[in-house]
Amino acid sequence: MKRRNFLRTAGATAALTPFLHSGFAINPLAKSSMFGSLGNAAAMSGKIMVFIELNGGNDGLNTLIPLDQYSKLSLHRSGVLIPENKVLPLNGYADTGLHPSMGAMQQLFNDGLMSIVHDVGYPQQDYSHFRSMDIWHSASASDQYLDTGWMGRTLQGEHPSFPTGYPNDDTKDPLAIQIGSSLPLAFMGSGYSMGMTLGNANDFDNVFVNDLVEPAPPTPYGDELEYIRLIQQQSQVYYEVIKEAAEAQPNNLSPMYPPLGENGLADQLRVVARLIGGEMQTPVYVVSIGGFDTHSEQVIEGSVEVEGQDSKGGDNHALLLRKLSEAIAAFQDDIERMGKADIVAGMTFSEFGRTIASNFSTGTDHGAAAPLFVFGKGVNPGIIGNNPDIPQDLAISGDVPMAYDFRQVYASVIQDWFGLTSMSSVLFNDFDILPIFRGTSAAKEDKRDLFGVSNYPNPVTSYTTILFSTFNNAHVVINLMDAQGRFILQIAEGNYNSGLHQVRFDRSNLPSGTYFYQVVQNGMGVTKKMLVF
Amino acid sequence: MPQGAGELGQAGEKANPFRISDQELPLVPPPTTTITLSGGLEPYNGPWDVDQATHLLRRIGFGVKKADLDLLLGMTVGDAVDHVLNTSIPQTKPVYNYFDDADPNNPYDYEEPTLQLGQSWIPNDPAPYQFNGDAEGYRIQSFRGWWLEQMVNQGASILEKLTLFWHNHFATQTASYFNGKGCYQHNNLLRSKALGNFKEMTKAVTLDPLMLIYLNGVYNTKWAPDENYARELQELFTIGKDNPDHYTEEDVVAAARVLTGWKIDYEKATTWYYAVDHDNTDKQFSAFYGNTVIPGNVNAEVELDALLDMIFEKNEVAEYLCRKLYRWFVYYNIDATTEANVIQPLAQIFRSGGYEIKPVLETLLKSTHFFDAVNKGCYIKTPVDIVIGTLRSFNLGIPSQTYWDDFEMKYFLTDALVGQQMMPGDPPNVAGWQAFRQVPLYYRMWVNSTTVRRRNEYLGLLFTPYIATSDDNRLQIIPVDFAAQMSNPYDPVVMIDDMVKILLPQPLSDNKKWLLKNILLSGQASDSYWTIAWSDYVNDPGNDMYFSIVNTRLTNMLAYMLLLPEYQLA
Repeated sequence: MKRRNFLRTAGATAALTPFLHSGFAINPLAKSSMFGSLGNAAAMSGKIMVFIELNGGNDGLNTLIPLDQYSKLSLHRSGVLIPENKVLPLNGYADTGLHPSMGAMQQLFNDGLMSIVHDVGYPQQDYSHFRSMDIWHSASASDQYLDTGWMGRTLQGEHPSFPTGYPNDDTKDPLAIQIGSSLPLAFMGSGYSMGMTLGNANDFDNVFVNDLVEPAPPTPYGDELEYIRLIQQQSQVYYEVIKEAAEAQPNNLSPMYPPLGENGLADQLRVVARLIGGEMQTPVYVVSIGGFDTHSEQVIEGSVEVEGQDSKGGDNHALLLRKLSEAIAAFQDDIERMGKADIVAGMTFSEFGRTIASNFSTGTDHGAAAPLFVFGKGVNPGIIGNNPDIPQDLAISGDVPMAYDFRQVYASVIQDWFGLTSMSSVLFNDFDILPIFRGTSAAKEDKRDLFGVSNYPNPVTSYTTILFSTFNNAHVVINLMDAQGRFILQIAEGNYNSGLHQVRFDRSNLPSGTYFYQVVQNGMGVTKKMLVF
Repeated sequence: MPQGAGELGQAGEKANPFRISDQELPLVPPPTTTITLSGGLEPYNGPWDVDQATHLLRRIGFGVKKADLDLLLGMTVGDAVDHVLNTSIPQTKPVYNYFDDADPNNPYDYEEPTLQLGQSWIPNDPAPYQFNGDAEGYRIQSFRGWWLEQMVNQGASILEKLTLFWHNHFATQTASYFNGKGCYQHNNLLRSKALGNFKEMTKAVTLDPLMLIYLNGVYNTKWAPDENYARELQELFTIGKDNPDHYTEEDVVAAARVLTGWKIDYEKATTWYYAVDHDNTDKQFSAFYGNTVIPGNVNAEVELDALLDMIFEKNEVAEYLCRKLYRWFVYYNIDATTEANVIQPLAQIFRSGGYEIKPVLETLLKSTHFFDAVNKGCYIKTPVDIVIGTLRSFNLGIPSQTYWDDFEMKYFLTDALVGQQMMPGDPPNVAGWQAFRQVPLYYRMWVNSTTVRRRNEYLGLLFTPYIATSDDNRLQIIPVDFAAQMSNPYDPVVMIDDMVKILLPQPLSDNKKWLLKNILLSGQASDSYWTIAWSDYVNDPGNDMYFSIVNTRLTNMLAYMLLLPEYQLA
C-alpha cells in the first residue's frame, strides 16, 4: 500500500527525491573521508591570497638575476643576456637583482613587502605546458593524475557540503574567484569546482554595477540570447554579493594603475581589489597573464630593455615583466589605501622556468625551476634560498634545478597564511614550511630555550604536561595561542620558586590544530609549538 | 513560487486551463525584435551545408548528433527532409524494470507477482491487461522512462519531437489515470498517428480512455451532460480562439450532448459505448457552424463523425493547427507577414489535403522561410531539448547494466525534467506547456532564475562521475570521444569550429572562440601544444597522463560551451 502511494504521488514530483538520496551521489563528499582532517581552525582566518598565474613558463634567470653567476650566464645566454649594469639591485642582496623593467617590484622588495623564493619547481620536470600546469594546479606528484585542485581540496576541507546550502549566513561570498573565462583546475573539488569565474574584467562594472547585458545582434536570435543572458546573470547565486561589493567600493584608490585596457593583469587586479575593498570575504583569487612562452623574440631589437611586441603581436619578456611588476605594485598600493593590507597577500607562479642557454631565435626554451614572488605586508621580506649554480659547461640547453618543491610553498600558504592545520590531505604528504610569511610557525617557535620549556606528550590527544624551570623566584604566565598567535586562554599564572616545574594542561574541547604556548617569566617569554590531535 | 512542484499533477486545474494570470510572471520586457523572418513557403534552394543541416536536426529532434548530421549532409535538402519525415514506429514496449533483485531491502522497488524482469507489463493483443493496483504507479514511471528512451535513441527523424508536439496539443496527465496501459496506449496513439491524418487522430483521441477520464468524457451522460471535453475539443484542439468570431456556448453544450455515452473499463483501459447514457436527440449548432443540426442517433459514433465533419469544415482548424506547428518548429512570433506568407498557405495545404499532416510539415521544412538565417537559433530549448538533446549530442544512451539501473537512470532524467518544469506525460494543464501559448513571453517561460540554474546544474553534472547507479554504471560525457568525432581534432581551431556548429545554433563571436581556445590551450599562445597533446593521446590512449591532459582541457572547454547562454538556444 505504501509503495503504491509512493509512486502514485511520484506522478507529480515529491517522491523523486529519495532516489537522489539512495542512488545518486549528488553530494559525493558524503562518501569521502579524505577531507575530514582539515577544517579545524577558524576557516581561513580571514586571510586572502591572490594567485597570479604567469602562463607559458617564465624565464626566471632574466627575472631574478644571479649576478654572481654573470660570467656563466653571458657564456650560455648571450642572446637574451641583461647588461650587468642594468640589473636592478635589491637591498641587502648584492649578488641578486631584478630585470630592468621591474622597478615597481624592486621598490616593493626594498620596502619590505616582498619575499622571493629561489628556484621553485616540481620533481621530474616534464617540460609540457599542459602537464606542468596541471601539476601546479592539482599539486600532484609526478606520477599522479588528479582531477581535483589543491585550492579545491583545501576549500572543500573547510566547506565539505559545498555547494549544498551555499551561500549561507556564515559564508555568503564565493569561496574562490578566477577573473577570466574558465574555471582553473586548481579550484576543482571532488565533483565540483569550489570557485567561480567573473568573466571579463573590462565588463565588470557593466555587469555588476550597471546591469548591462552583452549586446546581441538585432535578430530574433539576438533577442532571445539577451533575455537568457539577463536571466543567467541574475540567477548567479553570488550576483547580489558581488554587486554589493562592487558598489561599496566603486573605485580603485591607487593612482598607480596603468590606464584601463593597457595592462590586462592590472585590470584583473583592479577588480580583485574592489571586491576586497567592498568587504568580500572570498579567501582565494586567481588572475593570469599569458605570453611567457618566449621561444623567440624574448628580446627584440637586440636589447633586453626594449619593451614591445614580437612579430606575432605578443608582448616580449621585458614588456611582460613591466606589466607584471606595475600591476602588482598598483594592487598592493590599492589594498593599502583600502586598509586591507594586513589580510591580503599575493603570489606569482608559472608552470616552469626556461633553459639556461638562449636559442638562435633570441629566446629560451622550456626549462625547470624558477623564482616565485610573494608580496604583501604579511610576508617575511627577503630572499629564501641561494642563487642557482650555473655550470660552466652545459650538456644541452641546461636547466635550473629545483631547490624548493612547489608544494612547500603551498604548505606555507595553507599553514602560515590561512592558518589551516593539516595539509597532508591536500598535498598528500608533509612538506617543510618555508619562512615566507611573518609569524610563520617556523619563525615563531623560539629556538632559544632559556627556561627548558617542553611539553609531553606532543602531539596532545587528551592532556599534556608543560615543563619549565625558573632561576629564581619568578612570576610566570603560560598562555595558549592559536596558529596566528592570537591569545586563546591562560594555562597557568602564579609565583614559582626556582627549580623545575610541571603544569598539566587538559585539551578538553580545544579543536585539533597547531597551537603555541608561551611561558613568560618576569616579562621574558619563550614560545613553543603544540599540536593538538 | 517556482512552478514545477505546485503545478504538475494538479488534475483539478484542468477545468480552468487559462488560470495563467495567477502566476508570477517574470518582470521582463516583451520581445523587441523588429526584424521579421523573411521568405515564404517556396522550396529552399540555397546551399545545403552544416549550418542548414544542423538547423533542421535541432528543430525536428533533440540536439544534434554527429552521425545524423553526416547522414543528412550526404543528401539534398529535399531528400533530407523526406528522410526525417519517413518514420517508423518503435516496436518495443515498456518493461518490468522496477524491481531491484540485487537488494532485498531496497525500499523503493516493487516486485511484480507474475512477471519476469525485462518482460513487458503490457500483454500482447488480444490478452487483456492485468491491472495491479500496487504496481500501476511503477508501471507509469516505467512507461515514462520508455518514452524518454525513445527520444534518446531517436534516429534522424521527426517522430519523437512530433509526438511530444501532439502531447502538448492533446494534453493529458498520467496523474489523472492510475493505469499504466492507459497512459502508454494514449502515448502510442499520438506517436502512431503523428504524421497521419489530423482529423482521424482527433477522433481517436476523443475516444481514448486517458482522454475520456482526463476531460470527464466518462461522466458525460444525457442525464448530466459534462461540457469539459466538448469545450476543449473546440477551444484547444481544433478551432481555437484566435478568431474572435468563434463557436458559442450553445455549441459547447450541443457538442457535449453529441459526446455522451462513452465509458471505459478502468482496469483494462478500453473504451466501450453505453447507449443508455447517450443523448440521441437532434443537436442544433450556432450560426458559426452554419446552424448545422446533427441528427440524433443511437450510435454515438455516427454523431461524433458528423460533429468532426462540421468542425473540420471551418477554416479556423487548419489555421489554428498551422500556427501551433509553427510555434513548435520555427518561432513563437507570428507577425502579419508570416501569417500571410506562411500560415495561410500552409493552412490551405492542410485543408485541401484533407488534414494530412505530412504534406504540411514537408512544405514548411523544405521552405525558404524555415532556412532563413534569422530564424536560426531563436528557439529557446525546452527542458527536453536540454536533458535529452545533450545526451544525444554526446552520444550517450541510458546506461543500464541491470533493470534497476535502467529504472533509476530514467528516474534521474525524469527528476531533471521536473526540476526544469517539463515532465512529459504531465503538462501543467489541458492547454499544454505555457511556453507555446503564453503571450508575450512564450519560450521565455522556460527560463527563470530557478530553471536556468537547474539547467546549468544538470549540464554541469553530466561532466562529473556522479550520475551513477553503481561504480561502472554512469551517465557521463566522455569529452575525448566527442572530440574524436570532429573532422580534425589535432587542430584546435578546426575542432572548436566543428564543436560550435554541433552544439550551438549560430556562429560564435571571434572573442568567444578565442576564449574557448584559450581554455583548451590553458592560456598558451601556440596551437601546436594542443596538437602535440592530442597526438600523444591518440598514439597512446591508455597512457593516464596523455588522457588526463586532453580530458581536463576538453572537459573545461565543453563545460564552458554548454554553460554559454547560446547553448540554451536551438
